[in-house]
Amino acid sequence: MSQTYFTEDHEWIKVENGVATVGITDYAQEQLGDLVFVELPEAGATLSKGDTAVVVESVKAASDVYAPADGEVAEVNDALTSEPALINSAPTGDGWLWKMKLADESQLEGLMDEAAYKASIA
Amino acid sequence: MSDTKPQKHLPLEALHEDAGARFGAFAGWRMPLTYPAGVMKEHLHTRESAGLFDISHMQLFDVEGTGAADFLSRACPLDAAALREGQSKYTVLLNENAGIIDDLIVTRLGENRFMVVANAGNADRDEAHFRAIAGDFDVSFTRLERVLLALQGPHAEAVMIAAGLDLSDLTFMTGMEPREGWFAARSGYTGEDGFEIAMPLDEAERFARTLLDDERVQWVGLAARDSLRLEAGLCLHGQDLDENTDPASAAILWAVPKALREEGKFVGAQALQKIIADGAKEKRVGLKPEGRQPVRAGAPLINEAGEKIGRVTSGGFGPSAGHPVAMGYVTKTLSEPGTRLFTEVRGNRIALDVHSLPFTPQRYKKG
Repeated sequence: MSQTYFTEDHEWIKVENGVATVGITDYAQEQLGDLVFVELPEAGATLSKGDTAVVVESVKAASDVYAPADGEVAEVNDALTSEPALINSAPTGDGWLWKMKLADESQLEGLMDEAAYKASIA
Repeated sequence: MSDTKPQKHLPLEALHEDAGARFGAFAGWRMPLTYPAGVMKEHLHTRESAGLFDISHMQLFDVEGTGAADFLSRACPLDAAALREGQSKYTVLLNENAGIIDDLIVTRLGENRFMVVANAGNADRDEAHFRAIAGDFDVSFTRLERVLLALQGPHAEAVMIAAGLDLSDLTFMTGMEPREGWFAARSGYTGEDGFEIAMPLDEAERFARTLLDDERVQWVGLAARDSLRLEAGLCLHGQDLDENTDPASAAILWAVPKALREEGKFVGAQALQKIIADGAKEKRVGLKPEGRQPVRAGAPLINEAGEKIGRVTSGGFGPSAGHPVAMGYVTKTLSEPGTRLFTEVRGNRIALDVHSLPFTPQRYKKG
């Protein structure tokens, strides 16, 4: 069973067995425009909720993507290094950013579900 | 800090809304930043076909009178009397310290008539400066209300002909008045061949629609306008040029003929002579960051030892170049192409090399 959460910062977090996969939403990639560079964390790095975990850069500007909870980076999406545009073409699929082992899954309580997120950007 | 001044709206705003533009604030205007195609495709489309830009935020001034040429030669380092009818010239407005108030294009339209095109953000400052000088000359100085469109790219000329406006007699940096109240120049801000066309407000929508009906034409927003001009090595006033930079440091002395510098008639001439005699301490250069990470305006430039030796004034990704591109100011001794410099972005040291400008070849139609 997996559960997907959404943040006000337009990130999605899919949780499966205590591991969260994090990416940005379709709305976010559309707002940012064509991405040309992604700075990813190192596997094994420790993140605290609110830390800048990833920086995505469009032709015009750089934007931070925050850690939605405390935890340890389990894996990063290395394909983005050579093909940042995957985030534009498949933000909730092949354009995922990183996976992290959550220290305390309850930190995600209170985030939006998909219906609430969609309502928030409508 | 948010901009609390009311935003100015483009006369053709509804057309941009219909095209699905995303808007943002620039120089006091609500401007289309991108369209649904996105900055990358808009940029490449301009280089491959014809990109249409609404640049009505830029300000046209009509300068007319028996003293017009002398007036312009006082206000700008420009031999206005030597311009042929129809000839355009890139020039600047300088303050008494030779600081660059704005960069402009001046076109001679008749014996005693000139058109000046100025940047949006500086239009009020320019007008006040021009008017302060105009008092000494027999000249009228008028702010024009126009829609200004730019059509840029290899198909621009053919598209114009198809739209009923044959401008094929114009060569790069020449201009004319094809219709009453219109002004057309073969110039632009992309490095491509193309035109900038001003027209009365009530004729603009129809003409823009005619251009857009041509399948070779696509709207291009401000985001791609910036990446195009940066690849072409062209300066953006407010970033690469300002009142604290002078034409020598900015590497645009080619626009200030030596004879005029020596003659010293224009505002700022004495200060500029002194800067040239003493040697400019810094120079504007192109910068090519190593790797894929863009380096943005405001980033410091440092040498191997970590000492500050300059600053980035414009930077981003060059869709046609296929790599990050930037420009900035460096200590004169480090301005040779190939010189290795560094910057720091979020704590990471990134290497950059001084690179000749432009990054992509300019494809103007010269005479």
